[in-house]
Amino acid sequence: MANQKRNTILFFILGLALLLLFFLDISFGSITIPFKEVYTSLTGGEASKSTWEYIIINYRLPKAITAVLVGVGLSISGLLMQTLFRNPLAGPDVLGLSSGAILAVAIVILGAGLLPSFLQTILLSSYGIVLASTLGSISVLLLVLLVSQRLRNTMAILIVGLMFGSFTSAIVGVLTYFSSAEQLQKFTFWSLGSLGNLSWSSIVVLAISVGIGLLLSASSIKPLNALLLGENYAKSMGLNFKKTRLIIILATSILAGSVTAFAGPIAFIGLAVPHIAKLTFRTSNHAVLYWSTLFYGGIIMLFCDIASQLPGLDTTLPINAITSIIGAPVVIWLLVRKRNFE
Amino acid sequence: MKSILSTSNLSIGYKTKKATVTIAQNLNLNLEPGKLIALIGANGIGKSTLLRTITGIQHPLSGTVLLNDKNVFEYKPLDLAQNLSIVLTEKLPSSNLSVFELVALGRQPYTNWIGTLTPYDITKVNEALELTQISHLAHKKHYEISDGQLQKVLIARALAQDTPLIILDEPTTHLDLLHKVALFKLLKKLTHETGKCILFSTHDIDLAIQLSDEMIIMTPETVIQDEPCNLIATGSFATLFKDDHITFDAEKGKFVIT
Repeated sequence: MANQKRNTILFFILGLALLLLFFLDISFGSITIPFKEVYTSLTGGEASKSTWEYIIINYRLPKAITAVLVGVGLSISGLLMQTLFRNPLAGPDVLGLSSGAILAVAIVILGAGLLPSFLQTILLSSYGIVLASTLGSISVLLLVLLVSQRLRNTMAILIVGLMFGSFTSAIVGVLTYFSSAEQLQKFTFWSLGSLGNLSWSSIVVLAISVGIGLLLSASSIKPLNALLLGENYAKSMGLNFKKTRLIIILATSILAGSVTAFAGPIAFIGLAVPHIAKLTFRTSNHAVLYWSTLFYGGIIMLFCDIASQLPGLDTTLPINAITSIIGAPVVIWLLVRKRNFE
Repeated sequence: MKSILSTSNLSIGYKTKKATVTIAQNLNLNLEPGKLIALIGANGIGKSTLLRTITGIQHPLSGTVLLNDKNVFEYKPLDLAQNLSIVLTEKLPSSNLSVFELVALGRQPYTNWIGTLTPYDITKVNEALELTQISHLAHKKHYEISDGQLQKVLIARALAQDTPLIILDEPTTHLDLLHKVALFKLLKKLTHETGKCILFSTHDIDLAIQLSDEMIIMTPETVIQDEPCNLIATGSFATLFKDDHITFDAEKGKFVIT
């Protein structure tokens, strides 16, 4: 059981890294707050400057928590997709889930002017956008599944995802043509991705959605392991495939949908993080992968957030750009060295 | 002897929008414990359809399939998994599974919601590894071993599933003669040592004649189940291929090309 010992050590290191990065993330920004002060504020004490405390409680802490939730949500949904589609390149963004969410949110934000005003207020509330985004990603996932039923070829599924991406940008292009500058700005900011700007009440909604998604995913750990041998073997071992697939799709849509709704479309995390987990833990056992993906998701998202607001820089770079800059090389590296493992 | 699986007046085939295509009818097969049974027939004759029907994947046109006295289509997935295990020809999706983990997946019908292996499960897995003589491979990744070894791993997985009946779809396809013989001998040994019934489809008719206890021959006209020597005596093999260049030599017990 040398593996078990190794895993325990790895999880310990990951836990420490997560904690450290969480503090660093709160400490860094346009104003660097000393570590000690961060600690005092978070543990209920009073920081030596009240502005620091204000920044930490109302800005930095919500952002760090959002980063963890976003990283965890996207990574786990990527893990589920990769096993369900038996495709190492599957992920919420590559399969077009994000495109679906983008399209739905674009219709809500940009197309709201066409609707009666009482509907506008409902749709434009944070819940409306969450709902739209979740529904958007569910519909794309169902579409992808429909295609995957007809075409056994997994490449075809990826191409459908890509096609849907172009389709979405075209529709969004048409919508922007008819929308006001204010709507356009709102949508553009949303689409660049942002971990800040979430109120505590939004964070609660996000946390509950991610929590539900994580519980559904955890309940699929055993079926996911069975699916490692393919659909037919899984069925022969007593797996109710249709039910399992439905739960996995639901979990993925809730995770990717709610994250995209609150933080905008964030690329590559869902694709790259599960691979990092698989490579370091050298296993396909989802009971282990689930937790390692969870930890890595939080860690890497916090890292990206810190990178987006490097000390000394006044402006914060859009988070979507950072994840792509870090994620794209990882994906290329995976493709180049892709051999027999997922 | 009491059979594990039996079919009565079974008709197999499929329905399209326009018509019903019958592949074979009036099948009365009996699979008994401790027997190694080979299913042979030309390509496209319907071996897969038959296997799909008796494993409860595809509904028959008429007739019934009884698995331990119960209609195979009335089983819940989990119960069926405890009575019937399969070994397929399809390529496994890529993963990091080790041989031990892969075999241990066979315990899924018995494990809890998260798949924790109890000491009993681990004993069963180790037994399966020993029976198939692959204990030394336990910690290798499944993609690091040869085709012949992988086939044994897949059989070990079916053994770990601990079912009275194991069905294999063309288990010898990718193997050379040496490994084909070794695999057949292994299957024979398993049926006799464990008392399980093993049904497998194959195109290696010569080997199957020598090593299986019973054979099921599928031809367009009929499906016959009997012991190999009786089948030779009745000249059943001669009906297998409709080609003047291939004839069955009853004395040698093999096909010859003329």
